[in-house]
Amino acid sequence: MRARIGPWIAIIVGMIYFLVPLIATFEFSLRMKRGEYSFEAYRIVLGDPNFQASFTYSALIAVAAIIFGVLLVVPTAYVVQLKLPRLRPLVEFITLLPLVIPAIVLVFGYLRMYNSSSWIPLTNSVRGTDFLLTCAYVTLALPYMYRAVDTGLRAIDVRTLTEAAQSLGSSWPRILFQVILPNVRVAVLSGAFLTFAIVIGEFTMASLLNRPAFGPYLQLIGANRAYEPAALAIIAFIITWACMGLIQLFGGGRQNAARR
Amino acid sequence: MAFLTLESLTKTFGNQTTIHGIDLAVERGEFISFLGPSGCGKTTTLRMIAGFETPTSGTIKIDGKDVTDLRPNQRNIGMVFQAYALFPNMTVADNIAFGLKVAKKSSAEITKRVKEMLELIKLPDVGARYPYQLSGGQQQRVALARALAIQPKILLLDEPLSALDAKIRISLREEIRAVQRALGITTIYVTHDQEEALSMSDRICVMNDGRIEQLGTPFEIYNYPTTRFVASFVGTLNILNGQVLDSTSGRLGIDDQEIFTARELGGASTGDTLSLALRPEALSIGHANGGSNNLNGTIDEVHFLGSVVRIRVRFGSNIVSLDTFNRPHSAPPERGQPVTVNFTREDILVLDRPAI
Amino acid sequence: MAQTTVEIAPSKPRALPLTWLGVVPFMIFALMFLILPAGYLIIGAFQTPDGSFTLQNIANLNQPTIIKAYRLSIAISAASAFGGALLGFLLAYAVVLGNLPRWIRPTMMTFSGVASNFAGVPLAFAFLATLGRSGLVTALITSIFGINIYRYGFNLLSFAGLTITYLYFQIPLMILIMTPAIDGLKREWREASAILGASTWQYWRMIAFPILWPSLLGSFLLLFANAFGAIATAYALTGSSLNIITILLFAQIRGDVLHDPHLGYALALGMILITGLSNGAYIWLRSRSERWVR
Ligand SMILES: Nc1ncnc2c1ncn2[C@@H]1O[C@H](COP(=O)(O)OP(=O)(O)OP(=O)(O)O)[C@@H](O)[C@H]1O
Ligand SMILES: [Mg+2]
Repeated sequence: MRARIGPWIAIIVGMIYFLVPLIATFEFSLRMKRGEYSFEAYRIVLGDPNFQASFTYSALIAVAAIIFGVLLVVPTAYVVQLKLPRLRPLVEFITLLPLVIPAIVLVFGYLRMYNSSSWIPLTNSVRGTDFLLTCAYVTLALPYMYRAVDTGLRAIDVRTLTEAAQSLGSSWPRILFQVILPNVRVAVLSGAFLTFAIVIGEFTMASLLNRPAFGPYLQLIGANRAYEPAALAIIAFIITWACMGLIQLFGGGRQNAARR
Repeated sequence: MAFLTLESLTKTFGNQTTIHGIDLAVERGEFISFLGPSGCGKTTTLRMIAGFETPTSGTIKIDGKDVTDLRPNQRNIGMVFQAYALFPNMTVADNIAFGLKVAKKSSAEITKRVKEMLELIKLPDVGARYPYQLSGGQQQRVALARALAIQPKILLLDEPLSALDAKIRISLREEIRAVQRALGITTIYVTHDQEEALSMSDRICVMNDGRIEQLGTPFEIYNYPTTRFVASFVGTLNILNGQVLDSTSGRLGIDDQEIFTARELGGASTGDTLSLALRPEALSIGHANGGSNNLNGTIDEVHFLGSVVRIRVRFGSNIVSLDTFNRPHSAPPERGQPVTVNFTREDILVLDRPAI
Repeated sequence: MAQTTVEIAPSKPRALPLTWLGVVPFMIFALMFLILPAGYLIIGAFQTPDGSFTLQNIANLNQPTIIKAYRLSIAISAASAFGGALLGFLLAYAVVLGNLPRWIRPTMMTFSGVASNFAGVPLAFAFLATLGRSGLVTALITSIFGINIYRYGFNLLSFAGLTITYLYFQIPLMILIMTPAIDGLKREWREASAILGASTWQYWRMIAFPILWPSLLGSFLLLFANAFGAIATAYALTGSSLNIITILLFAQIRGDVLHDPHLGYALALGMILITGLSNGAYIWLRSRSERWVR
């Protein structure tokens, strides 16, 4: 059967809708110098110390969130799979909660619970707030991270691997780090890149927690400059593309969707 | 006049020809099996009959009418698929009624017909259930009922039992055949299980590599295969290489021993190597059997299979297997023991020349 | 062999810490960063400043600004979810069943993965550069058709503008969700219906659509919740000028613009209810459709 005309029209219209904003943004980002196309906007943006600082900050928080998230999720998914399958519905429900409770509501709750007059005054110190932001990002990424790891664990035969390792006399930290983690590396990596893509430009939580992250920086530039935001949008698109490309590369496949 | 005819049917996918000009005439009410190894083109042929694939060339006629260019929904054919193709969103009754509803039959007629069909497949009480509430075997029976409800001219089945376990397969194939006989519907049954084909069919069409190798009754196919492929695909067959010593008297050399065939070896000349087929059940040990051919060899292997003992005998470069009944009072022969294998001239099937 | 049996024994008591390690930190984390913060707001919504029970906060939601904000949020979310679901479904359909060249599908899926995650502030920038007052498309339309769309009432900083912008991540998200569902439509169903005499339209009406509708409706709800909780794009696009519920809550958290912290809690409670209901319905519908499409 040959392709009919309808699907082609759908695909072409879809492509136009998705490519035009990218082309327009790129074209706009080149117009900084009057009368000629130049990469001036990129030069300014990339040379801006605030750009470098905020990007580094967000990247660090993202990496922290990824490590924390993996350490939190892998043992849980492992134990649920192997020892306590009764807990599965509860754990899955919890991991879906971040999709149910909007990010802005969560951070509102954090600000109330961890403010200076509470039992755990995290927002009192810079380190404490960074920790809070990291935890907030772990929460945001929880549904995706958990699903990736859980799928990865299902694909390997956890029980056999564990029993084999135990019969060879491995202790549980060794089972976790030397047997289970390497086998779900692909899943963990795709969860990690997805987390990075979600977190790197996150605005709401960083802004409300008053941290100098990349998202609030973007917003600030957007409010005050003309051409630099377009350049930043292109950079952000490339970062997202790189994360998704890496997921594909590692065979992650069909992960999706972040919170906004 | 045959009921269903395929005339030099050819199918090419891209630049690869999968079906190389098939000719076939199926009589009204006949049950024909397509038997062949995976990828030989059974499904493709069936799908062309159904109308899901357009033949590259050739014609398909049903009841004298050329249907080659008709769409599937205009052909009035019933089809049962390999995997469970029941509509999951409908109850069993609705599944069976689907074709009738589409044909705008009255609801009284539909109810009556659905009831009939459920009784035909011996599942009168499952009408209200959904497919996922049925076992695999029950689902295939419902699929059969659904295909038959529209009173099709032809019934096509594509390996309908291959996803089921062995016990159900046997009982269900008997049931399918019984239903087919009762309705007298012209049926094509695709399978790669030779036992299924042998036990169910009026005729078997053995396919290989997009061609029909042999068409015949199960008796003919099993006992008189015409090609080496058919002989080796149908049944466990012993194949010996024999040197033609004298083609008129049918004298053949098996390594350094001699045997005779019942007929002349027309077309073969002295020194040619021929493939000979011998069925395990045609062979016996010792001279007592009365056959005029004897081969001396040694026992290579003995498999005790319960009521039957399968013995492998080696003559030089050739090996044959034969079956003897288990006799509780005499021990089976042992490995290494010299034996004589006896068979009649008629038991030798001369196949095509072996590929060098 | 003997060694093995000896080795198993001491590893037995160590199995317990693993179970402990797997469950306890996770539960503590969930309590601290999901359940208690949400609970705090929910309880706060039913409390007076001095801690006694009241329904007054909920009643106070009934004021024009708040009602309008909820309305606009729901309208934008519903419109972008509907458009996203419809167009995303069509594209997923074209990709899976359109007999298009092979390379289209993986390209489309990768691109959807990127676009569904390309949101927030940069997305706003991209649409400003496209459909803003000096955007490329705006300029193109002006020069080709001689129409300045802004003079005809179009505004990116509005219901229509935000909906178009949100579609940029809603459509790809729908494609990602629906492609597996359409894949789940077995070829045999289509062929069985055809051989039983049904037309393509009858197949869609009686089989494919009934099978897909739980996923379709469920995806719509997921997209709705997705847009409803979004803020960054809208905020970067419009500053605080657009009165949608997330921006109102943002302003309330920043500076207590409602002059009543507990009213803020009630606002959050309303949001949790709306996203909770639509997500809950999504999960329920998905479990229904999974029963069929196996
Ligand atoms: N749509 C198609 N495009 C390209 N090649 C095809 C297509 N359908 C079938 N073929 C090829 O045609 C050949 C015959 O396939 P067919 O499915 O008819 O085999 P079969 O005899 O039914 O095998 P099986 O027992 O495995 O079902 C195979 O080599 C297959 O790869
Ligand atoms: Mg087949």
